[in-house]
Order: sequence, then structure tokens, then C-alpha cells
Amino acid sequence: MSTDLARWQFATTSIYHFLFVPVTIGLAFLVALLQTSWYRHENPVYRRLTRFFGTLLLINVAIGVVTGLVQEFEFGMNWSSYSREVGNIFGGPLAMEGLLAFFLESTFLGLWIFGWDRLSKKAHLACIWLVAGATMISAAFIMAANSWMQHPVGYVMNAQHQPVLNNIGALFTNPVFLWSYVHIVLASLVTGSLVMLAVSAWQLRREREVEAFRRTATISLIVLIPSLVLALFVGSELGVIEGTYQPMKIAAAEAQWNTCNSHCAFSLGQVGGGTNDEAPTQIVSIPDLLSILATNHVNGQVKGMNQLQAQYVKEYGAGNYVPNVFVQYWSMRVMAYLATLVLLFALWGAWLLRKHRIENSKWFLRIAPWVVVAPFLMNTAGWMLTENGRQPWIVQGLMKTVDGVSPNVTALEIWISLVVFVAIYAVLGVADAYLMIHYGRKELGESSDKEPDSGSPPDRGGDGSERESEPDESQRVPALIY
Amino acid sequence: MHLSTLWFVIDALFWIGFFVLEGFDFGVGMLHSFIGRDDTERRIAVNSIGPVWDGNEVWLIVAGAVIFAAFPSWYATMFSTFYLALVVLLLALIVRGVAFEYQRKVDNPRWRASFRWSLTIGSALIPLLVGVAFGDMLHGLPINRAHNYTGNFLGLLTPFGLYTGVTMLVMSLLMGATYLALKTTGELHDRVVRLSGTLGWVAAVVVWGFVTWTHLGLGTGFVPNPLEVLAVLAVIASAWLANVKREGWAFASAAIGMAATVGSLLTELYPRVMVSTTNAAYNLTVGNTTSPSYTLKVMTVVAVIFFPVVLVYQGWTYHVFRGRLSAPRVGTEVGAGDPDTSGEPVSTVGPTEAT
Ligand code: HDD
Ligand code: HEM
Ligand code: HEM
Repeated sequence: MSTDLARWQFATTSIYHFLFVPVTIGLAFLVALLQTSWYRHENPVYRRLTRFFGTLLLINVAIGVVTGLVQEFEFGMNWSSYSREVGNIFGGPLAMEGLLAFFLESTFLGLWIFGWDRLSKKAHLACIWLVAGATMISAAFIMAANSWMQHPVGYVMNAQHQPVLNNIGALFTNPVFLWSYVHIVLASLVTGSLVMLAVSAWQLRREREVEAFRRTATISLIVLIPSLVLALFVGSELGVIEGTYQPMKIAAAEAQWNTCNSHCAFSLGQVGGGTNDEAPTQIVSIPDLLSILATNHVNGQVKGMNQLQAQYVKEYGAGNYVPNVFVQYWSMRVMAYLATLVLLFALWGAWLLRKHRIENSKWFLRIAPWVVVAPFLMNTAGWMLTENGRQPWIVQGLMKTVDGVSPNVTALEIWISLVVFVAIYAVLGVADAYLMIHYGRKELGESSDKEPDSGSPPDRGGDGSERESEPDESQRVPALIY
Repeated sequence: MHLSTLWFVIDALFWIGFFVLEGFDFGVGMLHSFIGRDDTERRIAVNSIGPVWDGNEVWLIVAGAVIFAAFPSWYATMFSTFYLALVVLLLALIVRGVAFEYQRKVDNPRWRASFRWSLTIGSALIPLLVGVAFGDMLHGLPINRAHNYTGNFLGLLTPFGLYTGVTMLVMSLLMGATYLALKTTGELHDRVVRLSGTLGWVAAVVVWGFVTWTHLGLGTGFVPNPLEVLAVLAVIASAWLANVKREGWAFASAAIGMAATVGSLLTELYPRVMVSTTNAAYNLTVGNTTSPSYTLKVMTVVAVIFFPVVLVYQGWTYHVFRGRLSAPRVGTEVGAGDPDTSGEPVSTVGPTEAT
């Protein structure tokens, strides 16, 4: 009971956290690109765009940060046995993340928000790049921690039969980490650029500042298409990696009950199926594709769940080692199919750009604001695939989820916290969506002909040595103050 | 020195850093609703911590994560013990964090009022709750052989724990007031200075009470530890300095007082990290909760390289945002691309003379 509740809680709060995370990572990068363009070309339209999308970034970061705190606490609150057992390995990347990434991210974000009129243009630009970089660094540490749970490496068992870290380097060269980290960064760029594209399209459709939003539509497509294509390749390679270390995960994702030795077919969809239904009706099967996806070869072998179950029982003792097949099967498909659809949509956008027609294509502009839903579904589906597929393990092969929970925390306590978090998250979600839509639909601020006055007296601010040249008063840009 | 002791010290430094840095921004958060007579004054108060509060909060995250990595069993026991209290703490952290960013984004009095009170109440609850937790760890809680807490939520409300919480709250108020005295001008400034004088004496009494209780109530002997003496003296000094308008020194003394108070609690605790009232043999200690030495070595290398860098850039931030904030001079606040939704502008005037 407690285990299920704790799982529900972790799943809800982390999925929620991860709605905001990829937007932060993706948009921080894009805003940094916009600001770089301003720095390079001195064209005020880029400054206005930087501030416009910067505001959307900040609205989003606010929630990303506070929901991350919940995640950090949850390991000790709900999973104390897990933390006690593997903290000496798993805690390391978390502490490093704080020291190397969160400090950087939060400090330079403060400098960026308030530093518009206090720092030289160059130092201010460096701030947003440091923020963007820090979000990616933080993702690296957290993914290293998570990948260790998927494929534990770099440890030995001590006399008390407890895993003890003996090679920190192994955590960061873990193949699961390398591939899933790249995958997650690409997924974040996809998410951020689709957000930017959606806003740009909405504005273009109303013929507002066509010149400006055409640029952001272009930039977002330039980032989107390669990221998406790479995410597809990296994602399928990740599938091969997972097939090696967590064959059960992939078998479940394909609803493959019995081992198939070569030329395994991939089913596009099925009716029925699930943990108690071994003979679902497959809708369309594509010959050989599964073998290719899981092993990179047409005649690769894909192990079946029944065989794996028997093997695990021998290895680890009695128990059920099959994760929820329905969730696995469909989360894989939601992610992959939506990725394909989004790719088609993006190519359409690219074609329109080439024809210089993007601002006139009513349909494209009308659809784009809706496509923004897709990356959130894909991200969630991706995590469901990753985390659900690990079950019943909390650390693959080492520790079961049921053994990870806090023994002294009652079901009532978890219920209370679950309800509290769901309630506050719902309120925050509404506030965030409202603000994103509200600010996304705003007119682009500060018209280019009238430089805003900064409200800052001359000669204030930054470290003298840090300043390239004192920007003259008319050039000052006010801080994005609260 | 054994590595685990070193890591206890490092972790203590993170907690002290958290209480000192967030102490003043919690104080400002609590005070801004009451000290600011109008929206502009409240904005000045909030903006005085605007650029730095988030960086300060990371001290909390790192202090927690360091416990996780260096003392996993302490982390496991601590976080599962204070379960419901931490739920409230997280709620406070959530509403407070969001308030900074969202309050000004919509021009609607109810929206603004709710975030304003989120900021105020959240800022009060956090030092209170973390203080209670630290008080409890020193006072002791029923903890069994397996290092699990065996009591319930009410069992966490030990009188000493509650008093520690109040001490942290009052010290945060004092730090907030002395910080605002440094950051404001005009009438608001005068009001804050008067308040910091009064708060100083209140805090002096509270901290004196804390030290006395630690010794008499918890039986830690009659000889006070030097940090405790320092804490009491620093807070008295801060009260006096605030009254004679030496603002920079008043703030510095309050900060020393806060650091010494937290430091004294942690030194009283060492080498234990959580005391068991069930049986002294079940105490969690640095020795029985520590990670193996390989982990600590890795962490030491990382900390030695990166911690100084963090200190440098965080220090630089304070340098960039030095100076007082004052009400309208010129210009507009750009709630990003929307100059008209915001109230009065806030601007800065010359750097502070810290005296
Ligand atoms: C792949 C990326 C990723 C993943 C899987 C997670 N996070 Fe996260 N997290 C970020 C990427 C990120 C970020 C992009 O760096 C955030 C989002 C908003 C922000 O400002 O930083 C962040 C914020 C953030 C914060 C607030 C930092 C601050 O105050 O600046 C904490 C404490 C955590 N996260 C902790 C966690 C934990 C314990 C996770 C595991 C369940 C987790 N995050 C999953
Ligand atoms: C370092 C990063 C992460 C770690 C260490 C981690 C760890 C965990 C743990 C301890 C659980 C509970 C036990 C379990 O059911 O296995 C869990 C479950 C889960 N997590 Fe993660 N998680 C991480 C990131 C995420 C993220 C970012 C998401 C998605 C948004 C996510 C999605 C889920 C889901 C959906 C479950 C529930 C799985 C199920 O109950 O079947 N995880 N994860
Ligand atoms: C661009 C669209 C895509 C997005 C936004 C996306 C997103 C995600 C996310 C957020 C995760 C969980 C984090 C991780 O383990 O890295 C994930 C996992 C995964 N993705 Fe994707 N994905 C996309 C495309 C694809 C495609 C096309 C495939 C394969 C054909 C794929 C294969 C996988 C696999 C196998 C995992 C599981 C990794 C594991 O179990 O650890 N992804 N995806």
C-alpha cells in the first residue's frame, strides 16, 4: 500500500517537474541565441525578442525550481531505505548537481534578470549563456543518477552486502547515461523550440510584428528539425542499449511474450494486450522492424517476457519481474508516433520558410499553437517508458522498489502529502498556463524607436573592470524587475 | 581529521550559510508586508533581495544533498522523521518561490495580495520549521535500533525544538531589518532602522534563552561553548549598533549572531547527528551514518575545486547589486514588454556607505 502510494507520489511530482524542465532547458538556450543576435547585430528587434521570450522563460523557471525542491526531498521522505542503502553512490551526483549547476543557474539568472542596466552587454550576455549551460549541466548529473538506477555500475558489494561506490567515473561513462543524456537534451531543445514556434505562429497569424516573429519562427525551426531528427536516432539507439541492460523493459514495450529469434515484426498498434493478455490482436505489423529497433540487425533476437521471467526467477528468486505491459507498449508508441508527426509538421514549416510563405500559411499558423502539446506528451511518455519499465526494481538487479520505501512513514502521511502536492500543483499549473498564454499573446514590448528609460542613474552597477564600455544612457535597458 | 568529520564541518558550513543568507531574505520577506506602507515601499523591499534569494536558497538544497551523499543514513532518518513538517516546509518554499516571480505579472489586487501573503507567510514558516527540526535533532526523538523514528507528528513538537524554531525566526527578522536598513532610503529607511533597534533587543533575549536552555535543559554542562558566548554578544552588539545607526556593522553583527547560534547548535550535536531518546546506543552519529571513504574523497575533490568558485561569483553578485533602492526617480518597470501593468518604478541610488 505504502509502496504504491509512494510510487504514485514520485510519478506525479516528477512528471510534473518534467513538464517545466525541458521548457527551461530549451528556452534558455533559445533566449541566449536571441540575445547573442542582439549583441552581434545591434538590431533592437532582437533585444525586444530576448525580453519577450525571456519573460516566458522566467514564468516557467519559477515552477521548475520549486517543484525540483520537492523531488530532492522525496528521496529521504518516501524512499528512506533506498537512500540509506545507496546514498553513498546515488547522493554524490545529486550533491554535485547542487554545487556545480544549481548555484550557477540561480545566481546568474538573478544577475540576468536584474543586471540589464548594471552589467556591460557582454557580461550580461555571458549570464544567460551560463544559465543555459547550467541547466544542461544539472540535467547531466541527474541523468547520471537516474541511469545508475537503470544500469548500476561503479560499485562493489561490501561485507554487509551493501553496494559501495568504488569508481565515480563509471557513473559518467555509463552507456545508459551517455545515450539518455543526449536524448534528453535533444528532447528539451525540441520542446523549447516548439514553444517558441507556437508563440511565433500565434503572433504571426494576427499579423503582429511580422518581421520579428518571422525571425523567431525561423530560429525555432532551425533548432527544431536537427534536434528532432537526432532525437529519433538517439532514441532508437537508446532502445538498443536498454535492450542490452534491461531486456525486460524492451520486451514489455513490444508486448513480446515469447522470444523471437530473428526478423521480429513491430506492431503499429494492438487491441487488448497488457499484463494478463498474452495474445492481443495486432493491428498492423511491420516485418523486421522490431529486430532493427532492438538490436540494429534484421536478424537480431528479441527476448520474450516469459523467458526473461524464468531467467530472473532463477537469478533473483521467486517474484514477478514483468512491468505493466500496457503502459510500456503505449508509452513507446505515443513517443515515437508523435515524434514522427511533429517531424512531418516541422518539415512542412521548413518548406514554407523556403518559399517565404510561412507568415501567410493560415493552416500552418493555426496548427502550430496546438502542436505544442505534443512534446509534453512525448516527454511524459518517455519517462513512463523508462521508469515503469524498470519495475519491479528501484535499482535494476540490486534492490526492489518495495524494499526502498520508508518503513516508518504511514499510508495516511503519504496520502496527505500526495493530496497537498496535487492541489498546490494544480493551482500552480493554472497560474503558469494563464501567464504563459497571457504573456505569449502580448504585444512585443518596447517599440524599437523609443528606447525605454532605465530608471538608473548614470554610473552605477557592475564591477568596473567587468565593463567593456559604459553604455550611454539612451542605450540602457531596464531590468526585468519584479 | 577524519574525512567524515571534515564533511560534518562542511555540511555545517552549508547550513550556516543557508541560515545567514536566507535568514536576511526570509526576514525581508516577512517584514515587507508590514514595513512597507504602500505598494512602492513593498516593492523596494522585495527587490532588495530579488537578485539573490534564489542563489541563497540553493544553500539549503546543497546542505541537504551533502547530507544525502556524505551521511546517507542521517538523510534517510531525518527526512522520513520530519515527514509532515517537511510537507509544510515544501509548501512554504513553493509558494514563496513562485511569489517572487508571479506577484507582479498580473495587475489584479487579489492576485497580488495572495502572492504577497504567500511571500510573507512562507518566509516565516521556513526558518521556523527548519529551526524546529534542528532543535529536535539535538533534543532527541524516539529513534529505534534501525534508525527509524517511532513517534508521530505531534512527537516532533518538542518544547526545545519549538523554541529553536522561534529563535531562528526572530534572528531572521533581525537580519532582515538590518539588511533593509542598508538597502533603503528616506522614510522607509528610518522606519526600518527603528525596527531593527527594537528587534535587536528582542533577539538578544531570545538567543540568551536559547543558550541557557541548551545548557540547563539539555544538560550539556555549565561551561558555555565559545560560539554560544559569541552568539549572545554579537546579537547584543547588533542591537546596540542598530540603535546608534551603524547600519553596516549592525547587519554584520546580526549575521555573526546567526552563524554562531547555528554553529553552536551543531557543535553541541557533534559527534552525534540525531539524538535518540529511546536509547543512547541508537543515536545517529557521524561515525555510524557516514558514507565510505571513497565517496567522501570524491566529494572532497569536487568541493575543493568548485566551492571557492561559487563563493566568488555569489560574492560578485552582491557587489553588482550593492547600493540602496529608492522610490521613483525615473523610468518604467518593464514587466517584460509591458510598461503599464506595473506600479511605481524602483530605482537605485549610489552605493552604500556601510557604516
Ligand atoms: C533532465 C533534466 C532534469 C531532470 C530529470 C530533473 N531535473 Fe530538476 N531541474 C532541472 C533539470 C532536471 C533544471 C532544468 O535544471 C531545473 C528546472 C528549472 C530550473 O531552473 O532548473 C531543475 C530544477 C531543480 C531544482 C531547483 C534548483 C534551483 O533552486 O535552482 C531541484 C532541487 C531539482 N531540480 C531536483 C531534481 C531532482 C531531485 C530530480 C529527480 C527526480 C530532478 N530534479 C529531475
Ligand atoms: C534522477 C532522476 C530520477 C530518479 C532518480 C527517479 C527515481 C524514481 C523512483 C525512486 C521512483 C519510485 C519507485 C518506482 O516506482 O520505481 C520513480 C518512479 C517514477 N518516476 Fe522516476 N526518477 C527520476 C526522474 C524521473 C523523471 C524526471 C520522471 C518524469 C517526469 C520520472 C518518472 C517516474 C515515473 C512515471 C515513475 C513511476 C513508475 C511506476 O510507478 O511504474 N522519473 N522514479
Ligand atoms: C523527439 C521526440 C522524442 C522525445 C521528446 C522523447 C522524449 C523522451 C524522454 C523524456 C525520455 C525519458 C528520459 C530518458 O531516458 O532519456 C525518453 C526515453 C526513451 N526514448 Fe524518447 N523521445 C523522443 C523520440 C524517441 C524516439 C523516436 C525513440 C525510438 C524510436 C525514442 C526512444 C526512447 C527510449 C527507448 C527511451 C527509454 C530509455 C530508457 O528506458 O532509459 N525516443 N524519450
